[in-house]
Amino acid sequence: MSRVTKFAGRDPGPAARVAGFIAHLRENGLRLGVAEADLAMAALSEVNAIRPDESRRALRAVCTGSKEEAERFDDLFDSYWMDMGRVRQKVIPTPSTPASDDVHSSRDAKGEDAAAAGSATAPDDQDGAADSDGTGKLIATQQRNLNRRDLRDLVRPEDIAEAEDVARRIGAALRDTRSRRRIAARRGDRLHFRKTIRHSLATGGEPLRLLRKKRPDRTRKIVAICDVSGSMSVYSRVFLAFLAGLMRADNAADAYLFHTRLVRITEALRDKNTMRAIGRMSLMADGFGGGSKIGPSLMRFADTYARRFVDGRSVVLILSDGYDTQAPDMIGAALAKLRKRGCKVIWLNPLKGWSDYAPVAAGMAAALPHLDAFKAANTLADLAALEQELTRL
Amino acid sequence: MTWTDLKSRLADEGYIASDDLAVALQLALSLGRPLLLEGAAGVGKTEIARTLSAVQATRLIRLQCYEGLDASQAIYEWNYQRQLLTIRAASEAGETGKAVEDRIFSRDFLLERPLLAAITQDVAPVLLIDEIDRADEEFEAYLLEILSDFQVSIPELGTIKATTRPVVILTSNGTRDLSDALRRRCLYTYVEYPDRATELAILHARCPQVAARLADQIVGFVQRLRQEELEKTPGVAEMLDFAAALMGLGIADLTEDAAILQSTLTTLLKTQADQAQITPEVAGRIAGKAA
Repeated sequence: MSRVTKFAGRDPGPAARVAGFIAHLRENGLRLGVAEADLAMAALSEVNAIRPDESRRALRAVCTGSKEEAERFDDLFDSYWMDMGRVRQKVIPTPSTPASDDVHSSRDAKGEDAAAAGSATAPDDQDGAADSDGTGKLIATQQRNLNRRDLRDLVRPEDIAEAEDVARRIGAALRDTRSRRRIAARRGDRLHFRKTIRHSLATGGEPLRLLRKKRPDRTRKIVAICDVSGSMSVYSRVFLAFLAGLMRADNAADAYLFHTRLVRITEALRDKNTMRAIGRMSLMADGFGGGSKIGPSLMRFADTYARRFVDGRSVVLILSDGYDTQAPDMIGAALAKLRKRGCKVIWLNPLKGWSDYAPVAAGMAAALPHLDAFKAANTLADLAALEQELTRL
Repeated sequence: MTWTDLKSRLADEGYIASDDLAVALQLALSLGRPLLLEGAAGVGKTEIARTLSAVQATRLIRLQCYEGLDASQAIYEWNYQRQLLTIRAASEAGETGKAVEDRIFSRDFLLERPLLAAITQDVAPVLLIDEIDRADEEFEAYLLEILSDFQVSIPELGTIKATTRPVVILTSNGTRDLSDALRRRCLYTYVEYPDRATELAILHARCPQVAARLADQIVGFVQRLRQEELEKTPGVAEMLDFAAALMGLGIADLTEDAAILQSTLTTLLKTQADQAQITPEVAGRIAGKAA
């Protein structure tokens, strides 16, 4: 137990240390209230708290609430309790905390310029060179861009407000009427027998008022997966605004970013403060504007998150240009896997809006047979126009 | 009772719990908090509730959640048909007014559903709320209220307070995100697939007649199978089925007969793609390594 943190002599006691630990967890993004500190103390008194492994287990049960948190808990526990003298230590950077600092900076004012600048991608030192050559050929860059770019430079609050509106309309267009279970409704197609009988009690058992039920509309769950690789950076502004708007408009929606790897940004985008949400997102999208690995990212999505969040009521929106540095057949396999979950897959490709575009990129060609819809989308207006198309799905 | 006691008593009932799970369960019992269990299908989330009720010698009340589950299915409902009959009978007997009303809105006419039943027992039961993620979010909110107050208000009858507080265990397969409010109110444990030693102990506890060598092979085989990229990873229940199948066929060694091994794989592999992936050669290779 030599690793156990040595607290200062003037330390006020175990209760303060536990409170300090809760604060430490809170700083690292775990959502804990005052009640948890209380509960943690109670839990420690139930186990043999002298033994680190027991208190670790007890505190883990109390303080975590999801698999991700439970996995991070060990590091956080070590950094506080097993730190040999130092109480605070920098642990893995987490999305939540540092983002809020310069939320109100003047950065968003120059969003326009930054978006324009965003189109230039670092040239690639490998053979698949360069970005736009002006003839409609964009080639994916293979390098991971390690300069962190701040997405707040790209997205303005007005865009998000507009996108929110678009996203809301798209959500409404994607209604699904396949529910099998009927619920009470004023104008239903069948009698709600149970309710009718219940109400007839008031009239001495004579069913004077007939109540009805119908099949309710069930909303579809939109899962948006956005490509933020270098070749897509011109369109990032629109799509990121769309994602942010989507999350605000629809509580059930789910959002992911990918470039060379996949990150789930749903949690970050749910932040009430719009710009802080974008800030959190940019921290998570570390490597933004680099190369793209569409196939592996989609495969990873199909293997992990899709198992939890995608079902027959989901619509998966993929926002990407289809330029992949990896083998194209992986895209096909990933989409086939995804389709097996019963969801609809819609691919929105910004390049499709170009006049003489044909999906010749190997990745796009491999994806086509698995898509329910393949549409163009360059601007918010284009996205809004999708509403009609999506209604027909 | 400390968590080690609890663990050994669970083991006596045939459930081998990990240390994490035992501590969490012990805390749930002593702090009176609901315990939320997540994990892949087939790691024994539901089974723990059943075993706990056996350990505590109390009833297990189970509420299976599904989409569209509502208060009348989960908490209580009036027995309308019976109420109607009573009204008819009463009016024919010339009886009216307050007396009839009191009678038809009494406890006799109340159909108890699992949640109400759980709080009105004489001995605190184990309440298992299975697959909470399948229920709608509105129901989750309702559940929260009951889990925090342990009382149910029935407009016609008044508030029914809990006579005993049940031990609440919730399980989730993670088909949707649960609300933060629910997660906050519960203790949480993620149940992993058991490691080799634990799984051997489980096999031994459930099928004591399996010979040590074969048991070793079975567990080794299943553990290796979990490393393969399968659509549906076999759980503990599947492993036990597999062992039972091998016992039934009288096999003493996994590597003995490839054809029989392949035919028993139906207990482990539950999708067509998985069965196509694990060809006899692959199965033989895995079995060879496990032996």
